[in-house]
Amino acid sequence: MSNLALEAINVSKRFGELRALDRVSLKLAKGGIHALLGENGAGKSTLVKCIVGFYTPDEGEVLLGERQQTIANPRDAHDLGIGMVYQHFTLIPNMTVLENLVLARPHLPAVIDWKKERRAIGERMARMPFQLPLDASVNHLAAGEKQKLEIVKQLLLDVKVLILDEPTSVLTPDEADEVLGRIRDMTRESGLSVLIITHKFREVMTYADDVTVLRRGKHAGSARVSDVDVKGLAEMMVGSEFSQTALAREAVAEQPVKLDIAGLSVEDDSGMSAIHALSLKVKAGEIVGIAGVSGNGQRELVEVLAGQRPSAGGEIRVMGEVYAGRRRDLLRHGFHCLPEEPLRNASVARMSVAENLAFRRFDQAPFSVGGFLRRGAMAVAAARAIVDFKVRPPTPDTPIGDLSGGNVQRAILARELGERQGRPMNVLVVANPCFGLDFTAVAEIHGRIMAARNAGAAVLLVSEDLDEILELSDRIHVMSAGRLVYETTPQAAEPIVIGRHMAGHGGENHVH
Amino acid sequence: MAFAPFLIPLTALALSLLLFGGFVSLAGANALEVYHSIYRGAFGTWFSWQNTLVSAAPLMLTALCTALPARLGLIVIGGEGAVVLGGLAAALTGLALIEANPWVALFGMALAAMLAGGLLIGLVGWLRHSRNVNETISSLLFNYISIAILSFLVIGVLRDPETLNKPSTHHIGETHMLGALGESSIHWGFGFGLIACLLLWILYKRTVFGFAVDMVGGNARAARLSGLPVGRIVFLVCLMGGAAAGLAGMVEVAAVHGRANTSLNAGYGYEGILIAFAARHHPLAIVPMAILFGGIRAAGSLMQRDHDLPDATSLVLQGMIFILLLASEAVFAHLARKRGGAA
Repeated sequence: MSNLALEAINVSKRFGELRALDRVSLKLAKGGIHALLGENGAGKSTLVKCIVGFYTPDEGEVLLGERQQTIANPRDAHDLGIGMVYQHFTLIPNMTVLENLVLARPHLPAVIDWKKERRAIGERMARMPFQLPLDASVNHLAAGEKQKLEIVKQLLLDVKVLILDEPTSVLTPDEADEVLGRIRDMTRESGLSVLIITHKFREVMTYADDVTVLRRGKHAGSARVSDVDVKGLAEMMVGSEFSQTALAREAVAEQPVKLDIAGLSVEDDSGMSAIHALSLKVKAGEIVGIAGVSGNGQRELVEVLAGQRPSAGGEIRVMGEVYAGRRRDLLRHGFHCLPEEPLRNASVARMSVAENLAFRRFDQAPFSVGGFLRRGAMAVAAARAIVDFKVRPPTPDTPIGDLSGGNVQRAILARELGERQGRPMNVLVVANPCFGLDFTAVAEIHGRIMAARNAGAAVLLVSEDLDEILELSDRIHVMSAGRLVYETTPQAAEPIVIGRHMAGHGGENHVH
Repeated sequence: MAFAPFLIPLTALALSLLLFGGFVSLAGANALEVYHSIYRGAFGTWFSWQNTLVSAAPLMLTALCTALPARLGLIVIGGEGAVVLGGLAAALTGLALIEANPWVALFGMALAAMLAGGLLIGLVGWLRHSRNVNETISSLLFNYISIAILSFLVIGVLRDPETLNKPSTHHIGETHMLGALGESSIHWGFGFGLIACLLLWILYKRTVFGFAVDMVGGNARAARLSGLPVGRIVFLVCLMGGAAAGLAGMVEVAAVHGRANTSLNAGYGYEGILIAFAARHHPLAIVPMAILFGGIRAAGSLMQRDHDLPDATSLVLQGMIFILLLASEAVFAHLARKRGGAA
């Protein structure tokens, strides 16, 4: 008897010129967690999509319990007991948990007996690793609960192999531990086999039994997790390029306030109060980190600063002057902003990389003269920025929407943090800059943010990644329910205390 | 695939002619002879060319009314209303300046027409931006309102009592009419259309304003991040589109009818929508499309006369071309996606 749940042998896949996968093999043991580790663009998602039939591999085969299987589409995979949870939610937002669970089944009767379904699913839910309210609308679930629902949805379909594509990227550290811990328990109890795509070493070391590392579309190594350490994995992942540079935080003398938010109130999309009278000062040469669980007003705060949402009260001053996000002020004051989800917030998908790189200065010389565009100048500047920020593919004419997420992020970084033709950067607002990026990219972005600080920018860093906040910030605020509820410094910070404040249980001085 | 932009419309055109041949055969006419009539009526002689270009003139301008806001992702179908209000404003201004120098009068009429049409569509854009009113619905409803205003005024206070069959305003005076190009019967409206298409193409392609429009149309959030005044840009683009259609109204009054009456709502605004979509909202592509549709319009009476086909036959051909153009575009886009893979 084989103890393999699934095996992929010499799978290759190319997209045009790009060899996304080059004869990659993977053995998934029965009843365990197997981590698939690799940088952005290493081919992790492509491999998994070949396994579930989303892509057809150019060569190679997939064996399921020793038998070769042709998996032509996700439905085949499903019938063979392979379930996948994608990085992006595939739930129907305005339906309830129960409805989502029932509708996930491939063969539904014409008339659904909701009473019966509710009883059956209710009973099975009790034995699931996570309990969810069946009648709650998915709209009202937090990101963590949605992720749990996605997993439960697959488990209810009796999958034998569960594939999770970066399942913890939307979760808080606590939630991530809970989800991964419960999944590990399930693999022990029920013989479920789990394949997790990740680039977080901590998760691999803590939860996985086996690990396979991909590098640039090739198999870079496989091991029992008990036999390797972080350094060994990192070397496998990036090859010899691996080097961890410490961030140089330069001492900065007492500096003027460059960003001053006073009594800011903001409403969310439905007109509910999202931020209540928030006040915050950021000085030159200082990084102020805003920690918090998503959905506590951080997004609205960044949107107001980015000029994407009106404020409902209060005042924002940049360099001492009232700031309303107009183009003139943006350039004059050297205000820069890196919002989260750059494709949605900071770029125009159908415009070229060169054009997207020119958004800050398209109406200034040399990019335009007398109201007419100088596309040649844009292309020259773009070519330099692409090299400087290692944007791939290095073609300025490609629509930015065709780039991978990490490369869109690099391009937007190049625009906001790159060459400024001698103009100073006074204020930098950054939101979740490293979401979904691999660790070489993260180190590079952190380095550039720190460099901006050292050069005298006032940096406001809004992030759901507490480690990032602790690493970069000079001061830390915790945001909860639209208020800044706790202030500390990285030196004095205790993760448990911060976590309590993040969860809204800050203590006696925090009463709703 | 450098020839794809031409291949798609030409294939669609050939297919729609085939289909139309089937249709007229069913109606009892000889398809080949009908083709010949269309050709003769639209492009066969210098005389028919002139008719075609005269019909194409307002179509170019009304197509811009849909094509310009389309760059922002707005589907504005208020060209008809802008033509009507533009024509009305032109007639009123022409009557007010009836003693003035012809050049002054014509300039005043053009300005008034562009302002009237521009403000109408500008209002559509403003409602969309600040009140989130669907621009397609509001512009459609403004068409009805505009036509009603025109009818109310020309039947009522503005009516020239001598116009019995078709209530109209007083005539703006023969000396104040917009002249023809050289020896032809093609009036200056055709020149206006050409110039407008060319200028707006340059504006969109080459200028800072066009770049800003692309940003707002592509992703308003990114445009706001870059500090662009999104509302003002939406208003200005709609204003320009409405001004073009308003100018079409002025041309109809100053070059064709000499008065404002219900001939202004002869469907130029609606046909402009088809042309804008067929030209994929590209200002330069609007020119040949407008000439094609103008030709079909011009050939309509010949089809009716020579083959005993009903009046609406040319509308059937227009509809077939329109639907096949859009469908072929969708098919080609689908093929291109398949070839490009899922990368």
